[in-house]
Amino acid sequence: MPVPIEEIAEEMYKMVVECEGKRNLKASDLTKAMIAKYGEENCSKEDCKKALRQLMDSGRTVYSYFGGSYVTLPKKEGAAPD
Amino acid sequence: MAVAEKIDTPLLDELEKGPWPSFVTEIKKARQTSPMCDDLLGQLELSYREKIGHWKHGGIVGVLGYGGGVIGRYSDVPEKFPRVAHFHTMRINQPAGWFYTSDALRTLCDIWERHGSGLTNMHGSTGDIIFLGTRTEELEPCFQELTANGFDLGGSGSSMRTPSACVGPARCEWACYDTLKLCYDLTMTYQDELHRPPFPYKFKIKCAGCPNDCVASIARADLSIIGTWKDDIQQDDDAVAAYAAEGVNIQKDVVDRCPTRCMEWDGAKLTINNRECVRCMHCINVMPKALRPGKERGATILIGAKAPIVQGALLSSVLIPFVPEEELEETVKELINRVWEFWDEHGMNRERIGELIQRVGMANFLDAIGLEPVPEMVSAPRDNPYIFFRTDEEQA
Repeated sequence: MPVPIEEIAEEMYKMVVECEGKRNLKASDLTKAMIAKYGEENCSKEDCKKALRQLMDSGRTVYSYFGGSYVTLPKKEGAAPD
Repeated sequence: MAVAEKIDTPLLDELEKGPWPSFVTEIKKARQTSPMCDDLLGQLELSYREKIGHWKHGGIVGVLGYGGGVIGRYSDVPEKFPRVAHFHTMRINQPAGWFYTSDALRTLCDIWERHGSGLTNMHGSTGDIIFLGTRTEELEPCFQELTANGFDLGGSGSSMRTPSACVGPARCEWACYDTLKLCYDLTMTYQDELHRPPFPYKFKIKCAGCPNDCVASIARADLSIIGTWKDDIQQDDDAVAAYAAEGVNIQKDVVDRCPTRCMEWDGAKLTINNRECVRCMHCINVMPKALRPGKERGATILIGAKAPIVQGALLSSVLIPFVPEEELEETVKELINRVWEFWDEHGMNRERIGELIQRVGMANFLDAIGLEPVPEMVSAPRDNPYIFFRTDEEQA
């Protein structure tokens, strides 16, 4: 049975929170983790893409750039002057 | 109008000498309307003096929902140069073939003067319109104005970068397919991959209408689509004779420079062995009124070029030697999907597709994306003499 997009988004968000400060996650890391968790028949790459978009459009997560693009929690830019 | 504060820049002033255009001169002109430019010159002078860059790059800067199009940049000496404490770059998706109306250019410049330094780079190496220097709080309003005027951000980070195309059939008679249409179609099809970085690293697509490759796709693009033809070069013997009569040394300047020596000139008639022609375009470029690309036109699709960043530079390798123009869009999209699938599965962080192919081997890559090896994929005969043919096993 297909997993609702909201549920995938929530699981992705939890993963981003857990990895915060320990490991930078790429969009593909989240996608692969969700497919491994729910199985390809219940959670497709397209579903993961929609879930990620939901997270980004809501502002709960943001893209960051540290040599490559990663999914992170929004925060004040460390390099930004106070 | 802001009154520019004078900052001494003796080292930068050296870059205004000589007959060449100078970015220093242009920034100085922009001081009259943009106070940021003074601090920009000051920081640059400091960098030249100390031989140290003073920009911090990257981090979290963007517009809501997008992961590309904004390149974060901060000064590491904001106390000295507060007006460039933030100096973010915005990449704007250029129109295919870089065709603008004057109104469009004026609109872009007006938007940027309202929200940024007013300094632009037309265009970046991927092809985008580059807006240089703005503050974080100006990003969203600038983006809103751009979209309201029909523009959108381009790619950056680990996304599909803004596809680019040469002027193609709009202005060039050598175009073997409609580069502008293909570039636009690919841009619209892959909006998600352009704005929301899904890949191990960047992926560039460039559409060149003929082997002259005016967008340098063979050296820069992860996927190059280069126009070519399958039949014979169209030849006008009278026009060839006219070139000779006008003083073109056809033997020296055309025949002797043919990389495959596929032509002969007997002083009156040029004979081309088209089976040996590698479509280098040299003869056509020298005698454009006499020679033209053939009539059966399409494109060669190549993969894997990149400029040196993490690793060294790579040139593209042929994937599909010839695709007729009418099948091009469908073929390119099918190929892109297969290539991305493989890259997504096996690519390491910050590994371009060309590097991945080098790591796993072209044979494995072709097998994975379902393409048969063909002789046209070989760029040069192997020069390693240590090849052992196992004739016994083959015969068995």
